[in-house]
Parts: sequence; structure tokens; C-alpha cells
Amino acid sequence: MAIPKTLGIETEYGIAHRGVDEPNPISASSVLISAYLSVSGQQVGAGASTVDWDFIDESPGMDVRGYAPTGAMAPEIETHLVNAVLTNGARYYVDHAHPELSTPECADALSVVRFDRAAELIAQKSMEATRELLPPGEEIVLYKNNSDGKGNSYGCHENFLVDRATPFGQIVTHCTAHFVTRQIYTGAGKVGSEVAGASADDVSYQITQRADFFEEEVGLETTLKRPIINTRDEPHADARKYRRLHVIVGDANPSQVATFLKVGTTAILLALVEDQAVPREIRFAAPVAALRQVSTDLTLSQPLELADGTSATALDIQWELYGACRAYIELQGTDNVGGDAAIDVLKRWESVLGSLESDPMALADQIDWVAKYRLLNGYRERHGIGWGDSRLRAMDIQYHDMRPEKSLSARVGLETLVDDKEARTAMNEPPDDTRAYFRGECLRRYASSVVAANWDSMVFDVGSDVLRRVPMMEPMRGTREHMGRLFDECESAAELLRRLGK
Amino acid sequence: MAEREHVQKSAPSKRDTKPIDAPAKSERGEEIKSELDDLLDEIDEVLETNAEEFVKSYIQKGGQ
Repeated sequence: MAIPKTLGIETEYGIAHRGVDEPNPISASSVLISAYLSVSGQQVGAGASTVDWDFIDESPGMDVRGYAPTGAMAPEIETHLVNAVLTNGARYYVDHAHPELSTPECADALSVVRFDRAAELIAQKSMEATRELLPPGEEIVLYKNNSDGKGNSYGCHENFLVDRATPFGQIVTHCTAHFVTRQIYTGAGKVGSEVAGASADDVSYQITQRADFFEEEVGLETTLKRPIINTRDEPHADARKYRRLHVIVGDANPSQVATFLKVGTTAILLALVEDQAVPREIRFAAPVAALRQVSTDLTLSQPLELADGTSATALDIQWELYGACRAYIELQGTDNVGGDAAIDVLKRWESVLGSLESDPMALADQIDWVAKYRLLNGYRERHGIGWGDSRLRAMDIQYHDMRPEKSLSARVGLETLVDDKEARTAMNEPPDDTRAYFRGECLRRYASSVVAANWDSMVFDVGSDVLRRVPMMEPMRGTREHMGRLFDECESAAELLRRLGK
Repeated sequence: MAEREHVQKSAPSKRDTKPIDAPAKSERGEEIKSELDDLLDEIDEVLETNAEEFVKSYIQKGGQ
């Protein structure tokens, strides 16, 4: 039986320090995060400082294939940069010259949307906080996109807990079929192409930000020769039972519907893979080429060549995967795929595929690439300009501007799935139903006793001779149901640890 | 929402292969066009003033 799907996403935001001659994105990111920590009260009381991330269990060079390929560029950990744990269980840090926000572990797709929206609000509050600190004329601005239009990309990664017993080859096969074709609703849209050697005239507008940057089918890299399936094997949980599928191929989505579908459909499909319930293997003749083919086919009608000599469109394959997922849930229920949220994923998945088939433009209030296309194409027609015009490229970037008064995605009427009141609560309070509850509540209640935290443990200083580490190897334990009463009964971290030790 | 059965759908019959910018001709199409006009009027005020310079200066160091 499939294991419950713990999931989350981590977003590297584009950053611009405006009003300076030689911007340094690393220091700008540090200023931004530090400013947030100081205004949000996360820099807690007298004598205590921000809780740091603890790197002791991090090993991003581990590969699921059990070896580190010669010459492969394993991701590096930058331990000297700002790196904080927030009271909502999230992580906020500087990564590769970008500020990055990881949601806490969530138990369903709607919860991911709530914490991703909370992350956007944190990004906004961070920008506001820096305005107080910077000299007049300077501003730090964040963009929730994945490309600068000049060949540099940064990611929005998804994480899904999967059963260690599931053969990785099965995950590769079925997820490749999904990742290549789900782009038709997860794409955030982009003007032009960044494939080396492509000319500006080759592609006027494409469905995704990211497809141009993928060169391999399977691999460990995240910054060079990016693979459709990433093999990082760092479960941040009991490695005998679990793996964490780290998905690097998706776009960052301003649209909540797109984020909901992106993680929701993938979580359900992974449950099918674990239970060997996917009816057939869909293998592309050339997966990397297929990824780009789907991204550049605005008609959604091009057949993709399959390894068995047949062909199918992205929509055909999505209908097939949808059908399999629906049949699975009708049989198995939703216990392991996020409960009621999974039913909403199925409904939305069906309606979006139906619209993509009959009238894609009807999704201008739900799907980013359609919303952006409609806006830019309308502007293009009004002004009689070509797709290569700087104004359209500027609007492409500005669609993702995180300043509410400048953001174009905030003006196109995108449907929301969580209201901002809920999301504001989620800026400070963790989800109830994963171990993030334990992490977040410890920080909310006993911050001065917490020395460090990471995904699968926390370290406390309770005044004894040694620091105390509490392992959290089970992502679905440490929930409000398990811990709520105990927290209410414990005035201090020392008391909590004493009770936990019993 | 329509509860259509798509479970065994393998070869969708009513595939619309028009480019997506083919003008919509329905009443809803007119409505959408008018909404778009309003939106374009509105965003003119917030667009980056020097698009070329803005695009040129938007450079990101590599990420993941």
C-alpha cells in the first residue's frame, strides 16, 4: 500500500537590487532575509538569536543509484550564508545567489498552496522591510520566475516522500511521462527561447520557463546538465523506509491553481507507482526533445514519438494518467494521497484538461502560461509589435514581480484557492498534520532553548551539560494530534524533553 | 462540474488544433476581449518605463 504523501516545494526567487551600479545578489539576499527576520519577530527576545539551520545531516551528493557518477557536479551546501528556520516550520535562506523559501512539510496539495502563498507574503514583507534599511533610490525586488531570459535559470523544486521499496526505475518511467506532459498546465509561460544556438525567431512564446534548461533524462545535477528526473537521495527521514523524490523540472507558479495541480497530480501518480497501479508504461523515444516539443507547441496538438513506435499528444497522455489516477482513487480512496484535497485535484485536473482541449484561452484565470499569453498577445496586437520587442520581454518578467503594486500576475484575475487571511496565519504557524508542527511549535514556544533545527531533527540547549538532539525521522509524526496536548502542558523545553524521554 | 467519463479516453475526438490566438467568436469571446482591453489600459500605468534597459539589467546569477 502506498505511503501517505508528505510534500512541499522550495522556490528560488529572482532578485534585483535596483539603484546600485554593481549589484551583489548574495549580499542583497542576505540583507533581505535578515530584514525579514528582524521585523517579523523571528529574531526572538533578549539574549536569543535567530535559530540557525543545522547542516549535520545534509548530504545532497548522495545518489539513489548508490554511486556518485564520476565528474558529476554534486550540489554544494553553503553553510556560511544566512539560513533560518521560521516558526511556520519553513526554511528561509540564501542559495546560489538567490533567496530561497522552502515550505514546511505538508500533507496535501492545498496545504502546499497555503504555505507557498505564505512564502509569497514573506517575500513581500521582506522587500518592505528592506525599504527601511536601504538608502533612498535603492530597492530590492523579488521575482517568482525561473529565468532571466539570458540563459540563467533558478528553480522551483518539489519534494515528495515515497516508499523506499518502490523500484526507482518505475518512478523514472512514470514520472517522466507525467513531467513532460503536465507542462501544459504547470507552465508559467516565456517569451522566446534560451536553448543554446536558438535564434529569437525560432520561438516567439513557449509554455514553460524551464524546458530550455534540461539536457538529461536522469541524473544528480541541479545547476548544469539538468535532468528531467533528479536522483538526489537525501530523504531527510528514515532512509530505510523512505526516499524523497526531488523534482527540479517544474516552473514557479504565481497561479495557485497551477501549483495545486502541479503537486497534487504528481502526489497521486506516485501513489499509483508505489502500488503498481499504472496501467502501462509510456516511454518517449526522446524524453528531452519531447519536453521541449511540448513547451513550444501552443496548439497542444503535436504528436510525441513513443519508444514503441506509436505516438500521443501531451493531452492524450494527461488524459490517460488522469484516468488511471481517478480509477485508483475510486478503488483505494484518498487516505494516502491527501484526503479530500485529492478529490479536488481530480476535479480540477479533469476540467483543466477539458478546457485545454476545447478552448485553452478560457483558462486565462487559472493557468499561468495562458494568462501571460493573453496579456502579452493583447498588448502585442494593440501596439502592432513583434514578439522580440523589449516591452513584451519586460512584461514577461514583470508578470512575476512580487511587489503587489507592480505585479502583472496580480492583475490578470487569477483564481485563488486559499484566502490571504489563512495565508497570513501560515506565515507564522506551522501545518497541524506533519512533523513541521513539532518544529514550528518548538520555535514558537521555546525559541530561546532551540539551538538549531533541520528537516529531521532539532537541537536544544536546556541548561544541562550537553545539547540535546531530538530526531524527527518520521515526517507524519509530531503532529498536533500527537503533540498538541503535550505542548500545552509543558512550560519549557526542558519539561518537554523530560516528558518526551519518558 | 460535468462528470464526464474520461477513464478510458485514449484518442480524444474533438481535438481543436487551431492556434490558440484564433479569435473567439462567442459572446463570451467578446466579453473576454473587452476585459482584456480594460486590463491593458490599466497596466499601462505600472509597466516598467524603460523596457529595454529593464530587460537588459535583469541578470540573474546561476541557480539550481
